[in-house]
Amino acid sequence: MRAKPIEIHDLTVSYQKKPVLYGVDLEVEEGSLVGIIGPNGAGKSTLIKTIMNMITPNGGYVKIFGGNQKNGIKRIGYVPQRESVDWDFPVTVMDVVLMGRYAHTRWFRRIGKSDRRVAQACLEQVDMTAFADRQIGNLSGGQQQRVFLARALAQDSSIYLMDEPFAGVDAVTEKTIISILKNMKKEGKTVVIVHHDLATAKEYFDHLLLLNMRKVAYGPINEVFTHELLQKTYGGKLTVFSEIASRAAKQPEIENENAEK
Amino acid sequence: MFWKTEKTLGFRCSLGIITASLAFSTNLEAKQIDWNEAESFFERTSRFWQMQDQSVQIVVLGSILIGISCGLIGSYVVTRRLSLFGDTLSHAVLPGIAIGFIWSQSKDNLALLIGATLAGFLGVTCLTLLQKYTPIRQDSALGIVLSGFYAIGICLLTRIQKMEFGNQSGLDSFLFGQASALSINDIWGIGITLAGIGLFVLATHKELLISGFDPSFARSIGIHTMLLQYGLWILLAFCIITSLQVIGVILASALLIIPAATASLLVKRMNAYLFLASLLGGIAGLGGTFLSFLGQGLPTGPLIVLVSTFLFLLVLGFRPKTGIFTHWNFSRTHSIRIKAENTLKAVYHILESQNFEKTSITSQDLMQRVGIGRGDCDREIQLLIRMNLATQRSTRDSSKLPGQSWITLTPEGWEYACKIVRNHRLWELYLTNEAEYAPDHVHEDAEKIEHVLGDQTIRQLERILSNPREDPHGKLIPSLDDMEHGGIENKHAAEVGSRSGNPT
Repeated sequence: MRAKPIEIHDLTVSYQKKPVLYGVDLEVEEGSLVGIIGPNGAGKSTLIKTIMNMITPNGGYVKIFGGNQKNGIKRIGYVPQRESVDWDFPVTVMDVVLMGRYAHTRWFRRIGKSDRRVAQACLEQVDMTAFADRQIGNLSGGQQQRVFLARALAQDSSIYLMDEPFAGVDAVTEKTIISILKNMKKEGKTVVIVHHDLATAKEYFDHLLLLNMRKVAYGPINEVFTHELLQKTYGGKLTVFSEIASRAAKQPEIENENAEK
Repeated sequence: MFWKTEKTLGFRCSLGIITASLAFSTNLEAKQIDWNEAESFFERTSRFWQMQDQSVQIVVLGSILIGISCGLIGSYVVTRRLSLFGDTLSHAVLPGIAIGFIWSQSKDNLALLIGATLAGFLGVTCLTLLQKYTPIRQDSALGIVLSGFYAIGICLLTRIQKMEFGNQSGLDSFLFGQASALSINDIWGIGITLAGIGLFVLATHKELLISGFDPSFARSIGIHTMLLQYGLWILLAFCIITSLQVIGVILASALLIIPAATASLLVKRMNAYLFLASLLGGIAGLGGTFLSFLGQGLPTGPLIVLVSTFLFLLVLGFRPKTGIFTHWNFSRTHSIRIKAENTLKAVYHILESQNFEKTSITSQDLMQRVGIGRGDCDREIQLLIRMNLATQRSTRDSSKLPGQSWITLTPEGWEYACKIVRNHRLWELYLTNEAEYAPDHVHEDAEKIEHVLGDQTIRQLERILSNPREDPHGKLIPSLDDMEHGGIENKHAAEVGSRSGNPT
């Protein structure tokens, strides 16, 4: 049997002594389209960033295709939040899409004609061919998101992680993204998406991860998308848990700080 | 991004001017390129461009190479928003230079270079520690390191001046730069630095591009962003250290920032950015040396910075579409046009209030209608006459009404006036009928919109409103026919049954 594309075991992550994720276990099946849902500050982006090795966890591990995370992330196409990059940077739309091909080229090697063809095709898929020579700052939010998506397509990875690709985009872009996601699924790729709109979650994804610091539930959409589980994710019951957890995390640190002084 | 850069630039410019005057007044430039009083301006110019003088050759070569290096590395400094970092680094090397001098007891280039490099790294380490272990923000941390190291450097330099071997040290040239003291060895250092930068940029061009634009994505595809950043810092440090001899500690970062910032106004791709920034840096180097060769006792470093600043201002003013001058010129002609259109409209309104019985109005009418004095009124009329939209003749009995005159619109003026009034009334009608504005809300809006409605929009409005005849206030909208034949009053006259006349 082939190893799972993403396997997470007992993952704990904290920012400045405040825990954000606590003992999360997760196994994503190959070829599934997973939505991560949860309230603000539930640790959705943190989970993605930890899988991408941008944040070092306090405990637990991440395995990609059963192997080491550091090598594994090269097989992941990552679509960050739109606000995370400098849109004034002197690059054109085409340049950004070509960046997706860099993962396949080595140092000193230049971008070849075949790479350009791939990038061109990816731009076409997101309907942005007309903007290829545009400086990226001169695009609308939805167009910028589509450029990011084209870059991910150009990467041709087996796993995709996307951080809120639907945030602040127009209806046309949303439709484009959805059709591309369905295509990716058809090609057997594993896609994990941070999402915050409950209303559309049910029609977009086939698996759902309900997250609020803890994994509330994970499974096929019709098993997980229930009133009871959503209530558990969004309702106030877990706030006691998060309060106590952060208090517990802070306690020994205060002693240590006193000792240092 | 642009504002941030410009703020630093403003600061740089003023610093440049202050330093230039300071260097001039304290006569720090004791050793200038040999200068002959009797030579004329043209002789000196041709002597510079022939470049037979070896000292001139060295200075020119050094300045151009420094300009290119700074332009290249500065492109990365500016796009990665490290302008203040470059400034801090250039100030932080000063104590290292002083210590290198004390250590070698002479102006040994290698000792100075080692000292400067070590001090630079110490500065960067302090910066990193401050950011990692204190809540101090980045700009404050940079400020602390910059001024702290600079103060140490100044103390050490002053101390060296008082030592027995320090008298002829010429170490103050590191503060303000002294291009004439460049030696062949310095040129080697500058050349090697440029080669290093060139190789680095060539080898890691795409990695630098992607890690500058989206560092987290770069890391995710296995690019060592920290390694690249350290590489950039080291080259930046060498670039600053080798250019100190020409530019000086205080102005060193200007040449990093200004050419790259100028390029950022013009191009949208990194390759063009690098090329343009290094070209501008090279031109500034050449221009600065030339000016300093021409002028008596003018320091080279500040002049290079001034040339660079001048190029920046030139681009800022005249670049296509968004240049300040280009824009100013556009808005000036635009505001003149609006003025003329408003006057035409007033003339039309006066004619209309008289049921188009007369073809001319008096300047008195216009003054009352618009509510302006005679001087302003005359200016408005002169404007129309200059634009060939109206003619003016004095009244016959000027003794009774001194300074009064008749104003008559030309056919072009009449057509133009109809068009503006038509724009105004169509827009008012559109707002009330389609956008559901109250009739007493629409005038203000139409006052502005009437000047910008194009022919195409007007056709569209006509279609939407199905060629209306009256505006929401019950006034007639001049039609296309009226405009072409000058005949609104004909119809109107026929309606009220009075004498008709061509308004022209």
